[in-house]
Amino acid sequence: MIVLTPLKKYQYPIIAECITPDVFQGKTKEELSNLPVWEGNKKRKLGELFKIDVTSVKSPDITIIGDVIKVKRIGWGMTQGEIVVNGNVGMHLGKKMSGGKIVVNGNTEGWTGSQMKGGLIEIKGNAGDYLGSPYRGSTVGMRNGKIIVHGNVGSDAAIYMKSGVIKIHGNADSFMGFRMTGGVIHIEKNAGTRLGACMTGGKIVVSGILKNIMPTFALELIKGKVKIETGEKAVGPFYVFLGDLAETGKGKLFVSKEKNPQMSQYERFL
Amino acid sequence: MDLLIKNGFVFDPLNGVNGDKMDIAIRNGKIVESVTERTSKIIDATGLTVFPGGVDIHTHIAGAEVNTGRLVRPEDHEKDFVRKTANTRSGVGYSIPSTFITGYRYSRMGYTTVMNPSMAPLEAKHTHEELNDIPMLDKATYPLLGDWWLVLENLSKGDFEECARYVAWMLRITKGYAIKIVNPGGLESWGFGRNVHSIDDEVPNFCITPREIMCGLAKVNKMLNLPHAIHLHTNNLGIPGNYTTTLETMKCLESIPNDGKPVAHITHLQFSSFAGEDWGTLTSGAEEITKYINNHDHITFDMGQIIFTDTTTMTADGPFEYTLYQLSGHKWVNSDVETETSGGIIPFRYKRKNPVNAIQWSIGLELALMTKNPWKVFMTTDHPNAGPFTAYPKILAWLVSKKAREATFKRLHRKGQRRSLLPSITRELSLYDLAIVTRAGQAKSLGLKEKGHLGVGADADIAIFNLNPEKVDIAQKYKTFRRAFSNVAYTIKGGKVLVKDGEVLQQSAGKTMWVDVQTSQEVEVDEEIKRKFREYWTVEFDNYPVSDHYLKNSSPITIKADV
Repeated sequence: MIVLTPLKKYQYPIIAECITPDVFQGKTKEELSNLPVWEGNKKRKLGELFKIDVTSVKSPDITIIGDVIKVKRIGWGMTQGEIVVNGNVGMHLGKKMSGGKIVVNGNTEGWTGSQMKGGLIEIKGNAGDYLGSPYRGSTVGMRNGKIIVHGNVGSDAAIYMKSGVIKIHGNADSFMGFRMTGGVIHIEKNAGTRLGACMTGGKIVVSGILKNIMPTFALELIKGKVKIETGEKAVGPFYVFLGDLAETGKGKLFVSKEKNPQMSQYERFL
Repeated sequence: MDLLIKNGFVFDPLNGVNGDKMDIAIRNGKIVESVTERTSKIIDATGLTVFPGGVDIHTHIAGAEVNTGRLVRPEDHEKDFVRKTANTRSGVGYSIPSTFITGYRYSRMGYTTVMNPSMAPLEAKHTHEELNDIPMLDKATYPLLGDWWLVLENLSKGDFEECARYVAWMLRITKGYAIKIVNPGGLESWGFGRNVHSIDDEVPNFCITPREIMCGLAKVNKMLNLPHAIHLHTNNLGIPGNYTTTLETMKCLESIPNDGKPVAHITHLQFSSFAGEDWGTLTSGAEEITKYINNHDHITFDMGQIIFTDTTTMTADGPFEYTLYQLSGHKWVNSDVETETSGGIIPFRYKRKNPVNAIQWSIGLELALMTKNPWKVFMTTDHPNAGPFTAYPKILAWLVSKKAREATFKRLHRKGQRRSLLPSITRELSLYDLAIVTRAGQAKSLGLKEKGHLGVGADADIAIFNLNPEKVDIAQKYKTFRRAFSNVAYTIKGGKVLVKDGEVLQQSAGKTMWVDVQTSQEVEVDEEIKRKFREYWTVEFDNYPVSDHYLKNSSPITIKADV
C-alpha cells in the first residue's frame, strides 16, 4: 500500500492524473516522488506535494489521508486496484475509469466518475454536480460501472448515461438523468426538478418525494416492486411514468406512491 | 541572408522538374537564379525531397461558422490541447483548432498557403480578424455570393454588367479572392424553409433558377478576369442520387466561353457523387463523374476525402446541415444570414463500420484515382467537414499506395467493400503527381503566379521532406512516406525557415491576399442601396465594408476587368 499525505494546505488547483494504481504499480518510492503533477501553471513532482510512504499492507493499493479537495483527476482512467481517500476530493475523480474501486470517506467535487466505463466508486459523504456525467459538450456519458453515494448529489448527474448503476442514499438536485439512454438510478430520498428530461431509455427510481414531474411524462401503470440490480429490489408501490415523450423516449420513471400523494390526480388517466 | 538548398530531389511540376537533383537559391524571400555559396546559409538536402510549399484550395479555418463550431464543441478541445513552448503559443482543438494551432499544424505538414472558402460577407470583418491571427500561412478567403440578393436581382434582370460591378465591389469591400457559390438558390429558399432540388427549380421571390445563377456568375467571373474560377458547392449535396445533378451542373457550364481555362471549380466533389435511390442503396457515382471530367476541360475539383474520425461539419448549406441533423440527432446550429446566405454546424463521426461512410471514403479516392489528368484533382478533406486537415498525410498515402488502401479497405463495412470500385483500381500516384494535387495544380487553378512552383521569381515557399525517392518505394513503404509528410524536415516560407524536423522554430505572420478588381464604372452607391441596407440588413451601409486597417498584412492583387 502506498500512503499519500498532503504536505501543506494547497492554495492552487493541482492536476494529478498520475495518482492511479496503474501508474503506481511496480514503482519504487523514488520513482513515485518524481511523477509529474501540475500545481496551478507550474510543473511539480509528486514528492514535492505529498509525503509518500510505502507500507507492506496489500490492500488498498493507494490511501490518501487528508483533505485533497484541490487535487483533480485522481484515479483518471484506472483499470484495476483500489484507492481509499480519507478526506474530501477534488474534481474529476475516477474519470474514464474502467475497473477497480475508489472509496471516499468524505465529499467529492464535480464530475466524479465522469465518462466511467466500469468499476466502483463509493462516496460516504456528498457528491458534487455532474456525477457520472460527460465533459461539457460531449455525448458520451457513463458506459458501465457503479456509483454509490451515501449523502446527497448535486445537479446534472448522470447526463447521457448509457449503462451502469447509480445509487443515492440521500437527495438529488435538478436535471438528473438528462438525456440518459440506459442504466438505472435509484434515489432513496427526494429528487429535484426536471428529473429525466429528454431521457430516451433507462430507469430512474425515486423512493422519496418528487415535487413535480415534467409534463412530457405519462403515467403508464402502478407497480409494486422494481429491480435495481441483480438481487436488489426497491419496494413501492410506484407510479410508473413513461417518457420523455418530447423525444419519443421509452425511459421509465418510478415514483413512490406513498410519498407523493400529490400525484394521485394522474391516476384518472390510467 | 541568402539561403541555398543543396542537392535535394526537386519536384516542381509547373516547371517540369521531376525529381532532379538541384540547388535552389533564395534571396529576399524570392527564388533567384544563384547566390554566392560562401556568404549564404546552406541547407543540405542530400537525400531529401524538395517540394514547393503546399497550397490548400479549400479549408474552413476562419470565420463565423468556424468560431461557432468552436463554441459548440468544448469536448473537441478537451481531447486535444497544446501547451505553449518558447516559440509557439498554446491552443486547443482537434477538428477545429484555434488560430495559432491551425498555423503551426499546417506549417508542420509543409503548407504555406491556404484558402478559406465560404465567408458570409456580413461576417467578413470577423473572418479577417481571425485570418490575421493565423500565423505561418498566406491566406485568402472567398465571399459567398451565389445567393446574395443584389446578385440574384441583377441576374434575374439579365444585367450581367451591373452584376459584375456589384461582385467587384463586394470582392473589394469584403477583401475576398474568388466567387464562392453554395447550393445556388437553395440558401435563399432556406430562408423560407424550402430548398431547390434540381438546377431548374425556381428560387422563391426572384424568378431565377440555379442554372441561371451558376452560368451568370461564371460569365461575371470571366468579365472580371478573376484569377480563380467560380468555386462551386453543388445543389443537392449529400443526397443519394445527386451525381445526376452534378453532371447537369457541369454540362450547363459547358456553354461558357473559357479559352481553355477551367470555368468552375467543384469543391468537395465526393459529397456530390452519390448514386442510388436512398441511403440503403447508396453506391458510387464516381465512374460517371470522372468519365465526364476526363472528356472535358472546363472543370477542376477537389476531393473532400472522408477520414474515419470524430469531426465537425460546417457549411453555408443550411438545408443540408438540417438533413444531417435529422440523420444524426446530434446538437446542431443553423442560421439564415440576412440577404446573403445561410449556415449550419453539426458534430459528426465517420465510422468504418457504417456502410454509407465506407462508400463515401471509397468515392473520394475513386474520384481522385480515376481522373486521368492530375491537374484537375486537388487533395482536400474540406476541413473540417470530412475530416481535419491533419489527416492529409493519410490521404496522400492512400493515393500513392494500393497497399495502404487495402489496409484500410479490409477494415470497412462489408456493404461498403462490395460497392466499392477501389479493388479494381491499380493506379498509384507518383511524387510528381502528388506535387500537382497538393501544390502546383491548386496554385495554377487559383491563379497564384508566385506560389506552387520553384522557378525564378516565385515566392520562396518550400517544403523539404525526409524521404529519399531513390531509396524508398513509397507504394510499399507507405508508413515511412506518411511519417515524412506528417512532419517536414524543413518548411521555408518567404525565405525564412519556420519549421525544422517537425518543430516550429519561429512564428511568421502571413499575408492576406485579395483581388482589387478595377471596373471602368464603379457601383453607384445611391439612396436606393442605402435604403435597402436600412430595410434588409442589420448593419448600416457605412459599417459594412472591411476597411483597410482590418488586414494586418494586406496584399491586394490588382486586376483590370472587361466591364
